[in-house]
Amino acid sequence: MDKIAIRVENIGKQYPIGTAPEKYRTLRDSLVQIGKAPINLVRKVRGNSANTIWALRDVSFEVRQGQVLGVVGRNGAGKSTLLKILSRVTDPTEGYAEIRGRVGSLLEVGTGFHPELTGRDNIYLNGAILGMKRREIDNKFDEIVEFSGVEKFIDTPVKRYSSGMYLRLAFAVAAHLEPEILVVDEVLAVGDAEFQRKCLGKMSDVAQQGRTVLFVSHNMSAILRLTDETIVLDHGKLVYRAPSPEAVDYYLSTGLAQSGERYWLADEIPESAAPFRPIALRIRNAERRVVDTIRSVDPFTLEFEYVLDQSITGVRVGVYLMSGQGEVIFTAFDTDEPKLYERYSVRPAGHYLSRCLIPPDLLNEGRYVVGINASTFRIRRYFQDEYALAFSVDPSGAPGMQWPEPRLGPLRPRLVWQIENQRA
Amino acid sequence: MKQIVSMKRKTSSRHTSETEPEVIRLYPTRGWAALKLGELWTYRELLFFLTWRQLKVRYQQTILGATWAILQPLLQMVVFTLIFSGIAKMDSGGVPYPIFSYTALLPWGLFSKALSDAGHSMVMNRSMITKIYFPRLLIPLASVLSGIVDFLIAFVVLLGMMVYYKIWPTNAIWTLPLFLLLALVSALGVGLWLSALNVTYRDVGYVLPFLTQFWMYLTPVVYPSSKIPAQWQMIYSLNPMMGVVEGFRWSILGKANAPGPMIAFSSGIALLILISGLFYFRRMERTFADIL
Repeated sequence: MDKIAIRVENIGKQYPIGTAPEKYRTLRDSLVQIGKAPINLVRKVRGNSANTIWALRDVSFEVRQGQVLGVVGRNGAGKSTLLKILSRVTDPTEGYAEIRGRVGSLLEVGTGFHPELTGRDNIYLNGAILGMKRREIDNKFDEIVEFSGVEKFIDTPVKRYSSGMYLRLAFAVAAHLEPEILVVDEVLAVGDAEFQRKCLGKMSDVAQQGRTVLFVSHNMSAILRLTDETIVLDHGKLVYRAPSPEAVDYYLSTGLAQSGERYWLADEIPESAAPFRPIALRIRNAERRVVDTIRSVDPFTLEFEYVLDQSITGVRVGVYLMSGQGEVIFTAFDTDEPKLYERYSVRPAGHYLSRCLIPPDLLNEGRYVVGINASTFRIRRYFQDEYALAFSVDPSGAPGMQWPEPRLGPLRPRLVWQIENQRA
Repeated sequence: MKQIVSMKRKTSSRHTSETEPEVIRLYPTRGWAALKLGELWTYRELLFFLTWRQLKVRYQQTILGATWAILQPLLQMVVFTLIFSGIAKMDSGGVPYPIFSYTALLPWGLFSKALSDAGHSMVMNRSMITKIYFPRLLIPLASVLSGIVDFLIAFVVLLGMMVYYKIWPTNAIWTLPLFLLLALVSALGVGLWLSALNVTYRDVGYVLPFLTQFWMYLTPVVYPSSKIPAQWQMIYSLNPMMGVVEGFRWSILGKANAPGPMIAFSSGIALLILISGLFYFRRMERTFADIL
């Protein structure tokens, strides 16, 4: 069973700069363009690179049938362009690709949903849009409704649904499509925790049925849990392909942050984060310098800088610390201490630094990832970036260094040992 | 983008699917692409659902619902009768003016609705087009097809009017489906051009209301085409809707101008617009997702 499900050969996609969704041309612009045609022609001959950008270039890979392949990369690395080409939404500018079977994707959750139509109507419509036959939808209708959990409102126009219900129904339809190849893109970033669990569950079901899955995510622990192999994209190129643990390690150690500092650009912050605005996350060593590598035997500081454009009641800002393999080591919030919790029950608008000191002799040698979360308990998550920043820990001076062997586990605490000789 | 879809039998399959996986090949194409009309058949169910959605949404949250399909041409007919027959004393060739204008308003309504829908349809379905693959032709096609239902509803009123005016159809009535088809061809042809143009040039949306109005006066809706001076007849029949409207009148009323070379010429133009529209749409299609 070593059939190839997807073969991509030197695929490239070039966009003219400024092909943003809102920038359509008007006739006048086109007339102006005609006037400028001779100039543009000269430009084209001279290299053609002045006003175009390669979103993807020279990407080649194969996916075996039944394989679950992870795709990771920073924002703008070309992941969505790749998926758009593979799902035939857009045309490659160069190269060739071959796909065996129907491609379904969870990135088109709710596509074609019409707010005026009822849940029932939308299931049929959306199913047809995703490529299901009517008989197929008939057969799965009850299952879809049950999975979505909106039985009671199935004959209500979806414009009266809450956003959660809307999303659940949309996902339920997409999840019951049975494509030979499933493409999943970051849907896990939406919805509540339970919904996300459902999504991941559905994905591993699909994988277990022997279907091919392309899984695009920033969530390294999900990548590690669900995929066998992972490709890393950077600036439109495929830079690495390896079994997932190695690829994730590569990605974390090279792709994220080389400097011990991470800034959020405006387009990396979802609108839903407002009034919370992350600015930067830094790792400072004992000398208060921003560093990428800290020593296991030294304390260090995690410093998160952010702005509240309005006051928020009960907001807490916290960090996750994760190993390079994606296991969470701890989670902590800046108002964990009852005293701070009371003092900041309402956090007024302003520019803040939340800083925490990590004690010495805690972490083992290796790569670690810091995640950020700003939320109000059980009410709202303003901002979350689970892989905000990566850093390395240098073990020199740590306990047990007389033996040059890797130690298992993410922690390397300095424990107090006593050795008693019972004979004495 | 050219995708050659071929069905390949697979010997074993671990999951249950009714059809064996097809191989889709993706590579860039430049210039004019093949029409691949066969693909429309594969996606016929989606076409059905899109048409159905358009109909269902059109009259959702209206009090009168589908009655609007009757009221629109009916009110237009009343206005035209008052102005053009009552005031301007337009000669309608011995046919009562209300039925004279209503027979023209039926195909005209189909055409003008298709035009205005086509102008907006690609933009309105942006989320679908930018996220998922399906033959983009389905969208203007669904716009035109949903017009047929309105047409049929309004047609019932025509039957009532014919009874009232005691006009009995002649054998010419059997040609009616042919002229309905011609109306669809014209509507789709122009709709394809406009919808593809509107993706790149949103000016189309602004031009449309004027275009529709001018076009109506260039079409023998309120007057018979015999009013046009002989030396202009040739240019006049460049308008595909001229053939459609005159043909409709003739097939329903059995009098007025029998289809002559002018209608044949006009039909030829309709076909030309459709074919060129198909090719133009196909050519522009591959950039839709990038510029919408």
